[in-house]
Parts: sequence; structure tokens; C-alpha cells
Amino acid sequence: MENLNLVLPEIFISLSIMFLLVLGVFKKDSSKITFILSLFAILITAIITINETFSVSRETLFNESVVIDSLSSLMKIITLVGGFLVLVISSSYLKTFKIYNIEYPILILSSILGMMVMISSNDLIVFYMGLELQSLALYVLATYNRDQLKSSEAGLKYFVLSALSSGLLLYGCSLVYGFSGSTNFDIISNQLNSNEYVLTFGIVFILVGLAFKISAVPFHMWAPDVYEGSPTTVTLFFTMVPKIAALTVFIRFLYVPFLNLIDQWQMIIVFLSIASMIFGAVAAIGQTNIKRLIAYSSISHIGYTLAGLATVSNEGIQSSIIYISIYVVMNLALFCCLLMLRRKDQYYEDISDLSGLSKNHPMLSLCLLVILFSLAGIPPLAGFFAKFYVFIAVLEQSMYFLAIVGLLSTVVAAFYYLRIIKIIYFDKEKEKYDTDHSLWLKFSLTVSTILILLYFIFPSQLIEVVSRINII
Amino acid sequence: MNFPILSSLILLPIVGALFLFFTKDKEGNNLTAKYVALFTTVVNFLISIYLWISFDQSTSSFQFVEDRVWIEGFINYKVGVDGISILFIILTTFITPICIISVNNSVKNRLRDFLIAILIMESFMIGVFCALDLVVFYLFFEAGLIPMFLIIGIWGGARRVYSAFKFFLYTLLGSVLMLVAIISIYWITGTTDVVQLYEIGIDVKYQNLLWLAFFSSFAVKTPMWPVHTWLPDAHVEAPTAGSVLLAAILLKMAGYGFIRFSLGLFPIASEVFTPLIYTLSVIAIIFTSLIALMQEDMKKLIAYSSVAHMGFVTLGIFTLQQQGIEGSIIQMISHGLVSAALFLTVGVVYDRMHSRLISTYGGLVSVIPKYSILFMLFALASLGLPGTSGFIGEFLILMGAFKDNFLVAVIASIGVILGAAYMLWLYKRVVFGKLINEDLKKILDLNRSEYFILSCLAAPILFFGFYPDPLINTIEVSVTDLINMHNSNIASK
Repeated sequence: MENLNLVLPEIFISLSIMFLLVLGVFKKDSSKITFILSLFAILITAIITINETFSVSRETLFNESVVIDSLSSLMKIITLVGGFLVLVISSSYLKTFKIYNIEYPILILSSILGMMVMISSNDLIVFYMGLELQSLALYVLATYNRDQLKSSEAGLKYFVLSALSSGLLLYGCSLVYGFSGSTNFDIISNQLNSNEYVLTFGIVFILVGLAFKISAVPFHMWAPDVYEGSPTTVTLFFTMVPKIAALTVFIRFLYVPFLNLIDQWQMIIVFLSIASMIFGAVAAIGQTNIKRLIAYSSISHIGYTLAGLATVSNEGIQSSIIYISIYVVMNLALFCCLLMLRRKDQYYEDISDLSGLSKNHPMLSLCLLVILFSLAGIPPLAGFFAKFYVFIAVLEQSMYFLAIVGLLSTVVAAFYYLRIIKIIYFDKEKEKYDTDHSLWLKFSLTVSTILILLYFIFPSQLIEVVSRINII
Repeated sequence: MNFPILSSLILLPIVGALFLFFTKDKEGNNLTAKYVALFTTVVNFLISIYLWISFDQSTSSFQFVEDRVWIEGFINYKVGVDGISILFIILTTFITPICIISVNNSVKNRLRDFLIAILIMESFMIGVFCALDLVVFYLFFEAGLIPMFLIIGIWGGARRVYSAFKFFLYTLLGSVLMLVAIISIYWITGTTDVVQLYEIGIDVKYQNLLWLAFFSSFAVKTPMWPVHTWLPDAHVEAPTAGSVLLAAILLKMAGYGFIRFSLGLFPIASEVFTPLIYTLSVIAIIFTSLIALMQEDMKKLIAYSSVAHMGFVTLGIFTLQQQGIEGSIIQMISHGLVSAALFLTVGVVYDRMHSRLISTYGGLVSVIPKYSILFMLFALASLGLPGTSGFIGEFLILMGAFKDNFLVAVIASIGVILGAAYMLWLYKRVVFGKLINEDLKKILDLNRSEYFILSCLAAPILFFGFYPDPLINTIEVSVTDLINMHNSNIASK
């Protein structure tokens, strides 16, 4: 008998989804209660995950198709925390647009479920199931503000391109299956060590599909449009949570089934990383919409996480995970600020709307200052340490080119972050924005800013947690 | 465990800044904020004086060392001072209160925020000078960009945005290569602790590249020709207090870095690249002195003179002679005092006339005599007249240079003459001559606070000009040991 306790988080979250769906259908005006209950559901799932799986070093279930290890439990917890925070700060935004409905929390829960399955997958089929579950929920979320043309456009674009990439991914999976004779990662890993010509195609297809999911250059085209069109809270969700899951899958694919084929994929990852870092930094310079800018900046941040993965070392993987965790916090803080730019039930999203913010809203501007300098990677803020760990891992493998290109593109990236700071601090002020934000929003912003600001005092804790992850 | 005096030096300004942060910001002249900031920095100055008094001059090993685990098994938070760094710390704590007194007229809005920025800046600068771990050093070195960017950008002049960006991006670009080098050193030797690195030494085959990476950062910060172009812009646009901080202390970080890291960690490479430094320094001395001659803006003139003076500093450091290095350190301290004083004297007339152009002025001596006398003293100190601290520095540097390379020394000596030319010409055009501009007749002489801060700067300039022993005694042993270590490294390879 399998030890079902290990998949209790997934079981619990599926049951909650079903229950909430029934509740939403049969009870009138149930959006508020659904929101609250789904928050509790995520919270309880997180607690179960910590209790049941955090101490497990490595266990497999269901004919080894699901794996529970320190990587999966840590990433699940980050996913759940990210989902929780998104949900918690969403409500006032949704109410403004009159889309405060039961579907929203349920869709977020189901995409989280899909991601958890992805994170734990040790089998091509399980992985693909999880991927599709989260994608389908995300398509709907992108169009969630259905009365707006842009939102529908974003959803459609995301659906078409994502379906294409899923197709590529599936084709790659079938090729890999053809060569190894199994869908199980461990078995594939043992079978694949030949330098078959066609096998390379399989790997490339899979990597392309995955690169699409994390929007690495050159498969990033959908990101700016989708990010701009989707409702802001959904964009927040897009920029954090699916990337965590996709990154985990990336790590798993590279270091379990493809471990023996490093020569084939290392160059691809290095290329993706360098292209994303440079392109993300350069393309962001000309943007006027904050959400588009965040899309490009997230592309360049993904470049840095990939740089960690390209090193083929445990330190590299750990540094990528640290990077993505710190990035999640910075991103959350940035979106909290974005959600605070509200005046008379209208949200403002242009960079020029930030003009002279520091005169009327000194505290909000100070938070933005800290967040933006941190995103630019200036010490002593958290963003610097994120980059620092990545480059330590990169230089350990003597990959000087990657390190120097990466660091030079931080200088380019610094330019556009500085431009926003300049607009906030040096330019003429505009009208005041509303200040009656929900308590949760203020709370999330304060806590995340303080985390970014004071991370340098206790940098060891995060490393300690992550250092349990040893894949290779 | 002794009292962590260095950490308290670093932390105290931040505590003051936090305190200011929670006070209410008032419009106009916010006296409470000023007194809080002043009190903090004066206490910091007194602590640093105590540090100097209790400092043991007979040894070159690091004192007041604090060593704490910071990132488990990787980086330690390690600070300490030796004879070289202690002087820079005192310079920092001495200049900052002067900046704070001087903000009276130059900063009109958001005074509280300005003071917070200055205080945070002070703590980062002290951190740079006492860091004994490369990563800690880098952290402080880079973190200083944030407050300085804001100081130039928010409170600066007309072209402040351009200057702030130029300052930030130039310095950042230089520094990222240093980060690569620091991490590489960690993987080569297994530590980033400077004291340990001095003992272990770094393999010769890596030294050249690493030296160049550090050089890229320090050269921008010094600034050396041809990457000096950010400095005049930043100086001209920054508010007076910002220019003072920039000229007096920020530029010294790089000179200090050259001595502590380039010489200490890469002795062989330093020997190899000495011709490069000599060339760039000599070009800087001659070329920027000539540019300074042609300036019409007083602040720009002083900015270019800073580049020339820093050219002397880099020249002195890489003579690798006792006199040269000692001269460089004294020149840096002296330049810190003199350039601060010169920017303040320009600030005085700028606050009254709102013009930095030399042509606006002329004949000041007949209306504001006190000002003219002090200005003369600083101008003479800048050109290195015997009896001022500027002379000691330049003299020692040239002495070192003559020992090492005759030709370079001769060319550098021409720079001294040029320095005299542009400074005296500036003084002549501003202070002497006929009083043509009608507005100048109503100009007021120094008020009490200006008189006070300028005298505060004049006193050490004269004192160390006549009696440099306290400075030389402090640095002597450290410099001797540095050179011995260097020579033994060269001999063993």
C-alpha cells in the first residue's frame, strides 16, 4: 500500500476545489465565503505540505510516477505562499471591476493543483497532466475581465501560443519515449546515453516547450501582451507562481532524464540565459506601460535563474531557487505598489503616472525605491544577493563569459529601473492617488519591502533551507 | 570581546537616519532635523578621534578587528583598521558634519530627506574604509551609489538627471567586473578575507586579469583619464554638500582601494601594470590641468583640478616607494580637506549670486575681505604651497617618483606648475580686478556658520602643512610593512 500521506496536499486541495465549486453553485452571493474558504484551503494545504513531506528526503509513489523530495516540497510551499498572497490582495481590485466572482479563487486553486502535480511529477504523462491542468486554468484567468477587449485578446493569444508550445512539448516527449521505451524519468535517465541524432530533437522540443512556459528568449513573445492585457492581479499570478512550477520541471528534466546528455543541452540553456538577460534588459528600456515593463524585466530575471541551471552543479540549482524565491518577493512588492495607483475606481498603469509620486506619497515611493534598486541588483538589497549567489555558482564552473555578460546586462537593466526612480523622485507631481487600500495590501507591501531591505542581516537562513536540495 | 567600536561607527549614522525618518518633515529650515543629524555626526567624529588616540602606531597589523560569521561557511563580516584606513575614517567623520552645517542655504526643499541620505552615505563610506573582507567591501562600495544618486538627482542643478544617470551607470559598469574578480578570488583561494589573502597570496597566472578587473572599478571611481568624464558633470550638478562628499571622500575610496587591494593582493601585476598607471596618471595631470585652465564654470574647474590631483595620487601609489605611497595618502587627506573647502567657498558665492560662472565675479576682495582671505588660503593649498598640507603630499609623491622614474617625475612636476596657473588665474579673476558687476556690491561676507566651517577646514590644512608628523607617524609602519610585503613577494616569484 502506498503511503498516501505524501500526496495529502494534492488530495486536500482537489477536495476543496470540488467542495467550493458545489458551494458556489448552490449558495447565492457566495463569492466572499469562497474567497475566504479558498484562502484557508491554501493555508491548510501548505501546513500539510510542511508536516507530511518537508522531512522526506526522497520517496516515490504510484509506480514511481510521483516523486516527493526536498525540491518538490520546497517549491510547493513557495507556490502555495505565492498563490495565497495573490488571492489575498486581489479582492479590492476585482471588486472595482465587478468581477469578484467564485470562479476566480477556484481557478487559482486548480492551477495551483496543476502546478503541484507538475512539481512532483516523475513521469512524462503525470507531468503533462499537471501542465495542462494549470494551463487551462490560466487561459481562463487571463480572460477573466471578459468585458475588456484587451483581456480577451490576452487570453486568446496565450491560449493559441501555449497550445502550440504544448504540442511541441508533447512531440518531444513522444520522441524521448520512443528512444527510451518508458515514460518514467528514472528509467529514461538510465536508457538515454547515446548520441542519437533524433534524440537531440526530442530534447530540443521539450526544452522549447518549457522555455515557452517560463518565457525565456526567444520564446517570450506572448509575455508582454498577455501581461499587459490580463487583470493586474492575474498578471501578478502569472509572473510568480507558474514560473516556480515551470522552473522546477526544468530542473527535473535537465537533471533526471537528461542528466547524461549534458553536452547536448548545456549550450542551449546558456544561450537561453544570455539571450533572456540581454533582450529583457534592452527591450524594457523603451516601454511606457508598467506591466509590459515588468514582463520584460521578468524575462531578464528568468535569464539569471537559467544561468544558475546551466552550471550543472547543486550550487547552481540552489542559487536558481534562491533567485526565484527572492524574485517572487520583489515581484509581489512591485505589484502591491502597482495596485495602489488607484484614483476614483480607476487603476493607472503607465510609467508616466508615477511622475512625482514622492511628493504626495513618500512612503509608497520609498518602498518603490527599495524594490526597484533591489530589482536592479544594487547591494545591500536582497536582489543583489540573488544575483550574487547565481554568479558564485556560475564562476565556480569557470563560465566567465556567462558571468560577465550577465553582470553587464545588469548595468543595462539598471538604466530602466533608474528611469522609473527618476520619474518618481525627480519629476513634477501629479494628482494624489487614493490611500484607502485594503489592510492586506498594505501589509504585504510592508512585509515584502522590509524583507528586501533587511535580507542582508540574515542571509544564511534561506541558504540553509535550500541547501537540502541535492539533485545531482 | 571588546566594545565593537568600528561597527558602532558604521551603525550610528544609520540610527540617526532612522530617528530622522520617524520625525515629521517640516517645510523650510528644519532645525530639529539638522540638530539631530549634526549631533549624530559630531558624536561619530568624537568616537573616531578616540579611535585614533587609542590606535597603536607601532604595529601594522589590523586593530579593533571584529569578525563575525555572516553567511555560514562563506563570508565573515570582518572589519578592522590599520594606519592607512584610520585616517580616511577620520576624514569621513570630519567632513560629514561640515556638510551638514553647510546645507543651510544650498538645500531648500526636503531637508530631512537630504540629511537622511547624507547620514546613510556616511555609514557606507566608513564601511568601505574598514571592511576587511572583499565582499563586505564591495557591498559598502556599491551601496553608496544609491544615496549619491538621489543626492545628485533630487537636489541637484539643471542637468541633474543626466549627471545622476551618468554617475550611477559609469560607476556600476566599472564595479561589476570587480564583483566577477572577487568571486573568482573566492574560488581560486577559498576565502575573501583580506588578511588571509595577504598571507596566502594569489597565484601569479591569475593576477593580471584580476588586477585589471579591480582596476576597471577603481579607475572609474578615482577617476582616471579617460574615464573621468562623469566627475565634472556630477560635481557641477550636485548640491554643494553633495560635491563636498563626492570630492572629499568618494574619490578616496578608489585610492584607498588601490593601496589596500591592488598593491596588497596583486603585487606582481601591480609591477607589470605600473607603466600603464604612470601613463594614465601623467596624462591626467597634464591634460586635465590644461582643461581646467580653460573652464568658465568654477565648480567645473575645481572638478578638473580634482582629476589632476588624483592623478598625482595614483602616480604616487604605484611608485611603490615609501615616500610615494605616504605622499599619496597625505595628498588624499589633504585633497579631501582642500577640495571640500574649495567647493564650499564656491557654494558661498553661488548661494548669494546664483551663478558659478567666473565672469560673473571679479573684485570680490573689496566687498568681502574675510571670504577672500580664506579663499586664498585654500587656493594656495590646492596648488601645493609650502606650509599647507597640499605641499607635503605633492612633495613626497614627486620624491618617490624621482626615485623610480625620472621622466615621469619631470612631467608630473610640470603639472604642479599648471596647477598653480589655473588656481591663481581663477583666484585673480574672481577676487581681484575691478568690481564691474553692480549686483556684487550688495554681496554679504561670510556669515557665522560659513566662517566657522571654513575655519574648521583651514585649521588642519595649515596645521598639517607645518607639522605633518601625526599623519606620517600613523601611516609609517603600515606603509613600510606593505612595501616589505610587496618586495618579498616580488623577490620570491
